[in-house]
Amino acid sequence: MLIGLAHYLTVAAILFTLGIFGIFLNRKNVIIMLMSIELMLLAVSINFVAFSVFLGDLVGQAFAMFVLTVAAAEAAIGLAILVVYFRNRGTIAVEDINMMKG
Amino acid sequence: MIVQAIMFYVFAALAVASGVLVVSSRNPVHSVLFLIAAFFNAAGLFVLIGVEFLAMILVIVYVGAVAVLFLFVVMMLDIDLAGLRSGFVRYLPVGALVGFILLAELILVIGSWVVVPGMPKLLAASTASGVALTNTRALGDILYTRYLFAFQAAGLILLVAMIGAIVLTLRRRADVRRQSISAQLARTRAQTVEVVKVPIGSGSR
Repeated sequence: MLIGLAHYLTVAAILFTLGIFGIFLNRKNVIIMLMSIELMLLAVSINFVAFSVFLGDLVGQAFAMFVLTVAAAEAAIGLAILVVYFRNRGTIAVEDINMMKG
Repeated sequence: MIVQAIMFYVFAALAVASGVLVVSSRNPVHSVLFLIAAFFNAAGLFVLIGVEFLAMILVIVYVGAVAVLFLFVVMMLDIDLAGLRSGFVRYLPVGALVGFILLAELILVIGSWVVVPGMPKLLAASTASGVALTNTRALGDILYTRYLFAFQAAGLILLVAMIGAIVLTLRRRADVRRQSISAQLARTRAQTVEVVKVPIGSGSR
């Protein structure tokens, strides 16, 4: 009944899949899409930390911290864009953002 | 050891359940709260394998800053919830298909990978160096020496994100009269004081 690396990787894989699933499921609600991205980044951090601990290498934890930094910056910028978008359009439905025709 | 296993399953199950509720919750406020629960349980998983510093950082940064930011934005914006939910059922099959394929791939990878032979020689910062350090001390030892530039770059990213968020959301409202200190200080005597010779019996203007 030893908890090994595979257990942690499985949890991280399930969380990552839930993040992808959430992005597909909430195609209109950009807030939940941002939360799904946070969930995926959390899964990546869990992977980094699990490998770091079970292989005995500390660098994984250092990079998990950088992942955390980037996730925080991404959330701040994403929410700022969301607020500006809501101020201009009065809605956050992102399905009809095609003004740039990209 | 059995206690650790039980705690692992509890934390893992709660994290996964919270993740499910994040993506499927009807109200975005509930989604944020379940996101907070997911982060708390992930911090618990980190503590179980002895990664205390990252666990505390996870709680402080995510629960204290990011989740509260989400909560503020969700509550500030007046969102039409029913309209946003309308495509939910339509996207369910394709989302489930993609998610299932991805999960199957990840499970296959987890089931079949092996560590390369001679792996201990390839470690960049081995924790088995003989000296017993606390997790925080060991992390600081490599973060402030070998990864100093990456650490500084992370700080720079946060600075750019902060300035970017302020610049994006700052707005000048036309209907609010503000004090313009530079205009006040730039006034000269010639613009403001005028000597008028008033003839007797008539007004000044």
